[in-house]
Amino acid sequence: MNFKKPILATMALGLSAGSLAADGHMASDMTLVSWGGAYQQSQINAYSDPYVAMNPGVTVTWDESSAEAVAKLRAMNEAGSITWDVVDVVAADALRLCDEGLALEIDADEVLAPAPDGTSASDDFGDLLVGDCFIPQIVYSTTFGYRTDMVPAGVDAPNDICDVFDLATYPGMRALEKRPINNVEWALLCDGVAKDDVYDVLATEEGQEQALAKLDTIKDSVIWWSAGADTPQLLADGEIFMGSTYNGRLFAAIEEQGQPIGMMWDAQVFDLDGWIIPEGLSDERLARALDFVRFATDTQRLADQAKYISYGPARLSSAPLVGNHATLGIDMAQHMPTDPNNAANTFLYNYEFWADYRDDIDGKFQAWLAQ
Amino acid sequence: MTATISTTSRPDLFRFTMPLMAAFAAMFGFVGGNMVAQPWLGALVGAIIGCVIAWVAETNLSRRTTVRWAIIGVLGLAGLVFGNVGTAISGVIIGAILSWGAYWLATGQYGTSVPIYYTAKQTLWHNTFKFICGLIFFFLIAPLVPVMWLSFNAQDFFTFTPEMLNFEAAGYSLKHYRDFLGTDEWMVPLKNSLIIAPIATIISVTLGTLAAIGLSQSHVPGRQAIMAILISPMIVPLIISATGMFFFYAPLGNWLEASLGLSQSFVGFVKVILAHAVLGIPFVIITVTATLVGFDRSLTRAAASMGSDPVRTFFKVQMPLILPGVISGGLFAFITSFDEVVVVLFVGSAQQQTLPWQMFTGLREQISPTILAAATVLVVFSILLLTTVELLRRRSERLRGLTPA
Repeated sequence: MNFKKPILATMALGLSAGSLAADGHMASDMTLVSWGGAYQQSQINAYSDPYVAMNPGVTVTWDESSAEAVAKLRAMNEAGSITWDVVDVVAADALRLCDEGLALEIDADEVLAPAPDGTSASDDFGDLLVGDCFIPQIVYSTTFGYRTDMVPAGVDAPNDICDVFDLATYPGMRALEKRPINNVEWALLCDGVAKDDVYDVLATEEGQEQALAKLDTIKDSVIWWSAGADTPQLLADGEIFMGSTYNGRLFAAIEEQGQPIGMMWDAQVFDLDGWIIPEGLSDERLARALDFVRFATDTQRLADQAKYISYGPARLSSAPLVGNHATLGIDMAQHMPTDPNNAANTFLYNYEFWADYRDDIDGKFQAWLAQ
Repeated sequence: MTATISTTSRPDLFRFTMPLMAAFAAMFGFVGGNMVAQPWLGALVGAIIGCVIAWVAETNLSRRTTVRWAIIGVLGLAGLVFGNVGTAISGVIIGAILSWGAYWLATGQYGTSVPIYYTAKQTLWHNTFKFICGLIFFFLIAPLVPVMWLSFNAQDFFTFTPEMLNFEAAGYSLKHYRDFLGTDEWMVPLKNSLIIAPIATIISVTLGTLAAIGLSQSHVPGRQAIMAILISPMIVPLIISATGMFFFYAPLGNWLEASLGLSQSFVGFVKVILAHAVLGIPFVIITVTATLVGFDRSLTRAAASMGSDPVRTFFKVQMPLILPGVISGGLFAFITSFDEVVVVLFVGSAQQQTLPWQMFTGLREQISPTILAAATVLVVFSILLLTTVELLRRRSERLRGLTPA
């Protein structure tokens, strides 16, 4: 019976856990929640492996459930059994969790480490500290990749967001995310609305109609994606000419997988990803979670993550420390969405607008999709 | 027509063999032509090739082996000339199928497997039926082939690269198998599955067998109602059971942790194992109840009359006879737990990540071919397992002096 050993080991662990947890009043087990894939791997390399090396005896378990973090935290809260210690979520989800009282409120200057030159954490993170619970980690962007070998002969590669809507010059399928956010902004931008007016127009019924009407012009040529991995897969298959996804996924497909894909950074939409700590942890687990978060969001650690994935660190003080890719050796600075060459024309995800209008526009968008 | 399709005389070339072969080869031509966006041209070329092969077979009936190898060689060579190694292999396979078909029709072999009194229509139906059966097997098994093939992809995508289709070494790699076998990301879930599934199986087999024996006694009141309740996990939608279990086991787990001081991870395993045991019990009850129908009750009375107590009677007399039902119920319970993803997502926490959970999240977030490597390993493993069980069954039947069926 080969199964006996692990079971006995588990039992022994189970019975002795009470005494092990005494180490510095911090729990010895920690469950971190993230998105899986290359992104989670970069967090393991930059944050949890060094943390465990510094704190032997701590075991870290990763759960790839960030996609349903809000629903799961609600259920855990209702059942009174919180099994997560630190959760990686996008800023919009962090705001919702904070509003519902499911995430711990954080005082940035008290919880997070100051920059090496003494700048306080709240100044170092600046505007990126959205809401009261969110601890920013990276800036990522949703942008377009295209097949370099499918660009029609005699035409320049696409470099304008409106090329997405130009089926005459750039025939072929597109991949867009199966939700209105980003898509409606791009549609209005290419329908003659000035960038500063986009959200004013979108707030009106006519503006929403206008955006959907613009999307209607390419609807027959669109494949709708729901997971970040879909677009790289479709591009690698040659099933689409261009598609939107997270810039780190495109970086991996281009630089690590050597796919014939080019980046089109125009009108990329910045968004933030970071940690929250669930409300309702025991004192020992909370102490461990705070200790980890303080370590994982210091200036050096955030810069280290950029060695493994092309997302920009959220601290100002981390930017000069961004070096070369850990295995490929290429300079990562030019692959960051925040690099001046890439960031000529950008959007920042408008949290307030989408908090107010999301349900409404979502409904219209899904109804339009079903037509 | 009846005269031509008899078992002794051979069918007519122009009225029978050639049109059938033309239609058959045109199907291959249609599929092949589709790859260069010329399906109808392909079908035409295929039909011509079919006619030629039918004629060659008709005129060289006695030199079957030589001619078949020649056809295979010609089509393989044509594939190599017009395409690459991949098309050459397709050419060889198609050549083997078409030349076999041509001789099968031309020699009248199709009529030898049916009784001599069959009419033409009955012979036709007999062969069509066999063809449909073959198609069913094909559609059951064929989806596994690309899965296994793609698991050797050198790239991180579910895509047949040109290198793979040309059978170049550069297009293939074992890196997804290294990812599967060499990283904690996959080995920890596999270990968890191998802890959870066997324990859950033992619990459900024990409880399920006892319940089936109890329910097969005629004097138990409310048998139907008890049976219905015990079987309900199989009928209630899994997502409903999972939600209920989540809210049932969460306070239970909290209590175990708080009052007995057990660790979160251990309690998590207990919760998932109990939940999976509940899902497995209906399968055991159903299979054991079915075997108990054929169990002769006078045997237990005979044992009792010789002074054996009920427990001894159960283990020495009843258990050996219903063992096949118990084992197949146990297999179902094991597979239920080993395949289960919904309940474990609800009840378990990250420390109890099972293999299906890892495959589910991996497929949703990453679309990495490591899942294909995992699937291939599992398919090979289950084939080996079933083969072993079948060989053991035949061995035991041989030992008991029966002819293996």
